[in-house]
Amino acid sequence: MTDNRKPPADVFRYAPAPESRSIVDIKPSYGLFIGGEFVDGHGKSFKTISPSTEEVLAEVAEADDADVDAAVKAARRAYDRVWSKLPGRERAKYLYRIARIIQERSRELAVLESIDNGKPIKESRDVDIPIVAAHFFYYAGWADKLAYAMPQSAGRGTDPQPLGVAGQIIPWNFPLLMLAWKIAPALACGNTVVLKPAETTPLTALLFAEICQQADLPPGVVNIITGAGGTGQALVGHPGIDKVAFTGSTDVGKAIARTVAGTDKKVTLELGGKAANIVFDDAPLDQAVEGIVTGIFFNQGHVCCAGSRLLVQESIADELLAKLKRRMSTLRVGDPLDKNTDIGAINSAEQLARIRELSDIGEAEGAGRWSPECELPQHGFWFPPTLFTDVTQAHRIAREEIFGPVLSVLTFRTPAEAVEKANNTPYGLSAGVWTEKGSRILKIANQLRAGVVWANTFNKFDPTSPFGGYQESGYGREGGRHGLEAYLK
Amino acid sequence: MTSTPTVLDDVTRTESSLRQFLHGLPGVDQVGAEARAAGLGTRSIKTSAKAYALDLAIRMVDLTTLEGQDTPGKVRALAAKAMRPDPADPTCPAAAAVCVYPDMVATAKETLGSSGVSAVKVAAVATAFPSGRAALDIKLADTRDAVEAGADEIDMVIDRGAFLAGHYQQVYDEIVAVKAACARSNGEDAHLKVIFETGELQTYDNVRRVSWLAMMAGAHFIKTSTGKVQPAATLPVTLIMLEAVRDFRELTGQMVGVKPAGGIRTAKDAIKYLVMVNEVAGQDWLDPDWFRFGASTLLNDLLMQRTKMTTGRYSGPDYFTLD
Repeated sequence: MTDNRKPPADVFRYAPAPESRSIVDIKPSYGLFIGGEFVDGHGKSFKTISPSTEEVLAEVAEADDADVDAAVKAARRAYDRVWSKLPGRERAKYLYRIARIIQERSRELAVLESIDNGKPIKESRDVDIPIVAAHFFYYAGWADKLAYAMPQSAGRGTDPQPLGVAGQIIPWNFPLLMLAWKIAPALACGNTVVLKPAETTPLTALLFAEICQQADLPPGVVNIITGAGGTGQALVGHPGIDKVAFTGSTDVGKAIARTVAGTDKKVTLELGGKAANIVFDDAPLDQAVEGIVTGIFFNQGHVCCAGSRLLVQESIADELLAKLKRRMSTLRVGDPLDKNTDIGAINSAEQLARIRELSDIGEAEGAGRWSPECELPQHGFWFPPTLFTDVTQAHRIAREEIFGPVLSVLTFRTPAEAVEKANNTPYGLSAGVWTEKGSRILKIANQLRAGVVWANTFNKFDPTSPFGGYQESGYGREGGRHGLEAYLK
Repeated sequence: MTSTPTVLDDVTRTESSLRQFLHGLPGVDQVGAEARAAGLGTRSIKTSAKAYALDLAIRMVDLTTLEGQDTPGKVRALAAKAMRPDPADPTCPAAAAVCVYPDMVATAKETLGSSGVSAVKVAAVATAFPSGRAALDIKLADTRDAVEAGADEIDMVIDRGAFLAGHYQQVYDEIVAVKAACARSNGEDAHLKVIFETGELQTYDNVRRVSWLAMMAGAHFIKTSTGKVQPAATLPVTLIMLEAVRDFRELTGQMVGVKPAGGIRTAKDAIKYLVMVNEVAGQDWLDPDWFRFGASTLLNDLLMQRTKMTTGRYSGPDYFTLD
């Protein structure tokens, strides 16, 4: 019964369990999806690579100003001639059809997402793609009930109307999921869209274009143009769009806000975050550890609402950190297509450089850096799960969004101090509260300046729940009934 | 010799200190615990890892028959099966133990002993199994009876009524007393497994508390269920117990084993449990001395999967022995 036994001779090593790539068919090159067809762009093309191997996956067209103009015109034509004239129940049929095709092709989408983005297959399979389908199902249900969608007091009457053409720009962290968050409500409300996926992760959006064809969606209702920042600027600045929806960095969000200032384009921005995950001394500790891990290591920490600041009550800090480190030692970093991988590849060399830079600054500023022992693959972009102890509000790693698997650990003494520290940020996208005391959850949640507050959980998403930020985390809400308001007038 | 580790001496001194300690353990968030258990259940165990896990699982089976209709013949057959789960394959390991009622211990011992070097142990349920509704001296007599008949392990049930009524000291004292009854004059004491019947305790907070209570009282193993109450073993309940033994070792340096029992019927399920043991308690527990499955039908599914691993084909149930 004492602890002096020798360890078992052999250990339980999980053999590789890779998901097959054979289900996806990546073409050597892709054009732009405009007016229901793939067309060649007028601009240059660029390569998209697999961040886990640096293998080139495909050449993708970079839309120039003329391409953007063609896409906006196609969207306008589709809006004027078809989509805005269809009754809601008819629009719903297309959305339901798209949702079902996404479910039918879910494995293909999940594998492609993991290849192009670097995220673990268990996340693309169990989180991203199921929520994508759920989002289309959810907004399909709203399409013929828009009269109930808007608060009457806002003076919008009972017959809300679509805005017109929406220009949508999405990030690389949840490529297809962000596409769904943008396209599903826009289409349900009767808008048509021009969507630009991120430069490093265009492939699932292009597969979605094929799904639109498969669903017989009228040409021009959805247009997908690939490209980098210049393409995005051309889209945002195009006079033919009525609405800009952007998810991405706060810097780009500010630039977009400046561009559209003075026009009558409506804007929603979902930007960065530096969320506090607050653990009180009466928290369910083992589940809090899981929540901390989910909060910061889910999707390699490439999550705008990541719980990147752990605020732990000082009286339990040592115990919690010991548990957290032990748990981090079981995280499996590696091949995104292996079904047992917990942490995949960093999405790009650029992002890896940013994570390294901020982590080095954290060390230089005197915080204690710790990572479990883990072997990183030779090729591709990788960063081990990392935590920094003894971080204070005066550290840059407590203030700036790292957007990687790096956790800053701070302590607090009282609930008031926890709230003060949590709110001491220019961001305000999300927060977490861990305590077994229900009354404390309600009180603290009311005091936190964050668009989403999770209690005894973290990073849970559902199409019925609105999502969005305070301050530099952006404005407007996506998801739920609130998400409709961004696409109606 | 007192069973309670010295760091916890003060805790078990009075009813109120015991209550304070148990109620001061961190709570369990049900949704989070179930999500963690489900997450571990998605691990994909293939090829060499699967072969390792199947053999380990076979070695961890407490092959069980606990029926009113049990006869010496039935118990002999079960014991033979435990020694040679797959007579066609000499590389197949033996099960850990057979688990029977006290009156069948002698028969089981005889069968297992007669084969010479069999390491298969005999576990006996005792203490008015499965309900535990009897006076303490009857439970102790029941235990001593099984120990005298040669049981290597005693699977006792706690008094769930006393636990739910908050009489923690009573439950604690009873475990201590049963443990004393497991003693043998030659020093080869029977090992004590303490069954909680988690299906009756219901909440994960209760499972965590009773785990600590039993470990402090000197349990060698903590066990989920009798198999007579639904739900029996579940992954989340086992998760809470594995966390408890892990934390107990952290605090006291002592290792306690875990035995989920009842409801684990497939190799796939068993492998999920082993993944959980590996990632929650750690690899030190991946050994029949520290983790067991209380099961009857599980063994044949493990054997079928094992044969499939070696031959590449599934064989029908006719190719595996009954019992």
